[in-house]
Amino acid sequence: MNGPASSLREKFLHGSLAITLMSILFGFLLGGVILLVAGFNPLEAYWVIVEGVFSRPKYISYVIIYSTPLIITGLSVAFALRTGLFNIGAEGQYIMGALTAAAAGYYLKLPILLHVTAAVGLAVLVAGLWGGLAGWFKARFGVNEVISTIMLNWTALYISNWAITIPSFGRQGTGKTYEIQPSAQIDILGEWKRTPEGIAFLREHPMLWDILKSPVNLGFICALILAFAVWYTLNRTTLGYELRAVGYNPHAAEAGGIDVKRSIVVSMLISGALAGAAGAFQVLGVSHRIATLAIMEGYGFDGIAVSLIGNNSGPGCVFAGLLFGGLKYGGSKIQDVMGAPTEVINIMIGIIIFFVAMPKLIRLILNFRERRRRT
Amino acid sequence: MEGLLNDIAFIIGTTLMYSTPLIFPAIGGVITERSGIINIGLEGMMYFGAFVGAAVAYFTQDPWLGFLCAGLAGASLGLLHAIATVSFSAEQIVSGIAINFLGVGLALFISRLVFDGATQTLTVPNKIPLPLDFLFGDGRLFPSAGFMDLVFNRFATVYIAFALVLVSWFVLYRTRLGMRLRAVGEHPEAADSLGISVFKIRYGAVITSGFLAGLGGAAMSIAVVSRFNNTLISGHGFIALAAMIFGKWKPQGALLACLIFGGAKGLEIFMGAKGVPIPSSLLATLPYILTIVILIGWVGRSQPPAAIGKIFDKGED
Amino acid sequence: MTSIDFSHKAVEMIDVVKKFGDFVANDRISLTVHRGEVHALLGENGAGKTTLMNCLYGLYHPTEGTIRINGEPVRISDPNVAIRHGIGMVHQHFKLVEPFTVAENIVLGREPVRFMGILDMAEARRRVGELSSRYGLSVDPQARIEDLSVGSQQRVEILKALYRGAEILILDEPTAVLTPAEIKELIGIIRNLTKEGKSIIIITHKLHEIKQVADYCTIIRRGVFIDRVAVDAVSEHDLAAKMVGREVSFSVPKTEAEPGRVALSVRDLAVKDNRGIFAVDGLSLDLHYGEILGIAGVDGNGQSQLVEALMGLRPAAAGRIMLGERDITSASPREIIGDHMSAIHEDRQKRGLVLEFDVAENLILETYRRPPFSRCGVLSHQEIYRFGEHCIDTFDIRPQQATLTAKSLSGGNQQKVIIAREVSNNPDVLIASQPTRGLDVGAIEYVHQALVEQRDSGKAVLLISFELDEILTVADRIAVIFEGRIIGLLDASEADENRVGLLMAGGGP
Repeated sequence: MNGPASSLREKFLHGSLAITLMSILFGFLLGGVILLVAGFNPLEAYWVIVEGVFSRPKYISYVIIYSTPLIITGLSVAFALRTGLFNIGAEGQYIMGALTAAAAGYYLKLPILLHVTAAVGLAVLVAGLWGGLAGWFKARFGVNEVISTIMLNWTALYISNWAITIPSFGRQGTGKTYEIQPSAQIDILGEWKRTPEGIAFLREHPMLWDILKSPVNLGFICALILAFAVWYTLNRTTLGYELRAVGYNPHAAEAGGIDVKRSIVVSMLISGALAGAAGAFQVLGVSHRIATLAIMEGYGFDGIAVSLIGNNSGPGCVFAGLLFGGLKYGGSKIQDVMGAPTEVINIMIGIIIFFVAMPKLIRLILNFRERRRRT
Repeated sequence: MEGLLNDIAFIIGTTLMYSTPLIFPAIGGVITERSGIINIGLEGMMYFGAFVGAAVAYFTQDPWLGFLCAGLAGASLGLLHAIATVSFSAEQIVSGIAINFLGVGLALFISRLVFDGATQTLTVPNKIPLPLDFLFGDGRLFPSAGFMDLVFNRFATVYIAFALVLVSWFVLYRTRLGMRLRAVGEHPEAADSLGISVFKIRYGAVITSGFLAGLGGAAMSIAVVSRFNNTLISGHGFIALAAMIFGKWKPQGALLACLIFGGAKGLEIFMGAKGVPIPSSLLATLPYILTIVILIGWVGRSQPPAAIGKIFDKGED
Repeated sequence: MTSIDFSHKAVEMIDVVKKFGDFVANDRISLTVHRGEVHALLGENGAGKTTLMNCLYGLYHPTEGTIRINGEPVRISDPNVAIRHGIGMVHQHFKLVEPFTVAENIVLGREPVRFMGILDMAEARRRVGELSSRYGLSVDPQARIEDLSVGSQQRVEILKALYRGAEILILDEPTAVLTPAEIKELIGIIRNLTKEGKSIIIITHKLHEIKQVADYCTIIRRGVFIDRVAVDAVSEHDLAAKMVGREVSFSVPKTEAEPGRVALSVRDLAVKDNRGIFAVDGLSLDLHYGEILGIAGVDGNGQSQLVEALMGLRPAAAGRIMLGERDITSASPREIIGDHMSAIHEDRQKRGLVLEFDVAENLILETYRRPPFSRCGVLSHQEIYRFGEHCIDTFDIRPQQATLTAKSLSGGNQQKVIIAREVSNNPDVLIASQPTRGLDVGAIEYVHQALVEQRDSGKAVLLISFELDEILTVADRIAVIFEGRIIGLLDASEADENRVGLLMAGGGP
């Protein structure tokens, strides 16, 4: 209680931040143990990951590209969680957003800025409705959102797979759709870097060339803006106040005059819209098309992890998304370099969430350490 | 006429085949949720079980050993879930999500180690046997590819699954253990005050659910097909979860739901085989949409166990 | 009182200490109960009565001290051990499994089985029937708990203990939820039990019940042993003074009411509960400006549903609610609050507060949309915390920090936050439902004072309470609610415990 400095210290040592940091530490430690048991040197593996993330500008831009959808789906999950809703459906909303963006990017004929705006807007709208549907089921019929969003995930996946079989949209036999039009793409200098002048210019600036080799796009900037918007909405607006009140205690919120059912629908709408934006940016900025999915791509499920690791806050999601994206991208390299399975990253993420779920255990460990230090 | 009969038999048969991997985890779900613990980690447990089952069956050439080990693999994840949720008051959904990451991660990690960097196993030499196979075929009791053959000549896992439903029903409603388990899920404080160990019952229930989910995975990887690959278990655990809710947290209800979902799959395969011009992807959405419809109209009003998802803490340090 | 066997000490707790972390809930408390004795354990809310009994029943483990049962020192590690020593406990909040039958609840944990753990429910029903006829506790073994009245549920709880061979029975606040008639019945049951040589410990803070039923009384205050007295030798006033630690006045200082015109008028109101049964069924009442109308009644006679319907939280199935000239029968909570009717809800942690919000955030729960707290949908933290500090000063909320979460406040201070919020709204009508539940004496006086102040400033106050004493001391007029309707209306000056008590049980005026 001696001002902000000590409260930050307090947070580090005992609060939610301590729990997050300890969980991440455990994730790395136990991940290392698993690598060791499997016969790999964990330090070497972690060094490969660090090098694979930081050693070239291109790598960093790839991490950012990997992180972008994770940050945004993380924001989606976090937003709903603050209203007390478990949006397991970010995956499905992401798929609906990606599908809509791919369709709008391909079918619509519009000038550059307008086309991007229209594609993102439509994707956000459709995905928002997809999420809002689960909210409505809960508000109107009392259907648990965990179950309904799981069902909507798979429904979305199969709808997307079906859409790809439509002849004018999907390229027959490839399991992919046609590429969206250049006017809908949000790559940074995407056209120019393929022109002769662009190539000539980049040859002379190898650093820039390295960065632009990856599909860098505007998605990350949008993710940062969205993270701020989520933080601002939740903490500084009456809407956020309502949603948080409903999340903590719907009975008291209702008694205070807040329309709980409306809040549930609105929260899921916004949550779905965010996940849809993640899908849209991925299509417009990276993949430029969608493909048939045999299983979930996992952006939505990863978003749950990001949200939980990021303590369900806007800035936390950016941090956790970058961490997760870095591990995913860097982790893919230990396969080539050392032959160590890249899935150790999944295990590590699982362990981190596992510990995040058990603040009681972490507190026990922290207190134990403190007690030992005192004696 | 014969053709129609055989078509029906084909649909029933495939329904049974595809329901079986759902029945195991769904019954597991009933058991854990009846004790008050939500387990959305069923998917990860199935995934891990499917891999371990296929890997053990491949290396030992013994499908039954594979089946058992699949159960143990699921149970080990169940133990983790129990530690988190029962001993450390973890948010049950969050722990379940962690289990899903772990199950997938462990399966693929070990797969790459033992199968040369591949995310799939090799084909198992022996699948789970067809126990009634001796009854069917030329010169035997029933002709091959006839109605009886198509319906009843099924993997042993199918019969085990049905037996499991009966046993779990009996245990839940007719034994001391079952009554205590249900009491713990409805009112843990009451059970605790009567000297029933909420801790032991919940540990047992969650580990059992993991074991059954693991068996369900193996019922997929070494019976329905003969190897594990990284897309084999894609949502089965979640469908089983839906089946359990659809079945109102009762073994018999969960069985019915699994049969309906399996039936949708059977119908999809049948129509695909007959070349009926229905987009298979849209048909595949049926179980999910059906579940939502049913939840809205029917189960939406049914009561889950009263203490489900709530943290039980004796409040003593 | 002839059943006491003074040569036989059934329970001795000696210098028992129970700590939770740094908090000392029981600080060297001693308690002796003889065979065949009814012993009252008296103390205020939070004095540590239930904690002490949980130690005896093995739910908690004493940090220090000795427990002797029938002269033998014992270590009661869990309820199983307590049961083995013949100790049974009926908790204040019944620990019954709602969807189970009476027989299933009674035998749970000690089920008769055939073999391999297969239940023998016929045997269970037989044993339950036998027990209930032996002690005169009539219940249907096949009935489901959720279909039983509160009184019957309590009998099931007592049977549960007897089924386990209890010789020592702990009853935690057994009369809190009973009608006067049911209380009489319970006293009869207790007499039967002591005649059979059982010892009874009653946890309570109701003085006249102690006088009615107990032989001896141990008084504790803030976790400390105060005295052990023979009930016959002391007056209610002495008991109260020992419990609270100072002289208490049972009355609230207030002047004569000056009722004005009608502020709230309810006509033929019907409201369903969650199960679809009419909990409020043809209720009419008029509440005037400048008066406190008390609604007396036993829990479960439609009080909760009435308040929820008045505040727009539950739809009215029939009837009309008029707030002044305006029909608010189907208005939303926000509209009703906007029309200057506010409520202090019975469960402050459920309906009253967002525990994770801080004090200032809780104080604007109904007004966050209005300036100065927000403009165009954007909150003004400066104004919100300024208002928080203001309320903390005005209403003496402690600790004096607007950024503390509501969770970290004591019950009394939580209630002050709610009162601050509702009174600051300047309502014409203030509904107070069970406003003093679980509070200590100081906080109770504060709440009563606040209600009287509202009335004195010309506002209308509707007080709903299960505590008859509270209604009798605070209200100007008393309406008695029974099975969802008002069955009697008395002026406070002509009301006494007997008349109101009779009405509360559904008896004629």
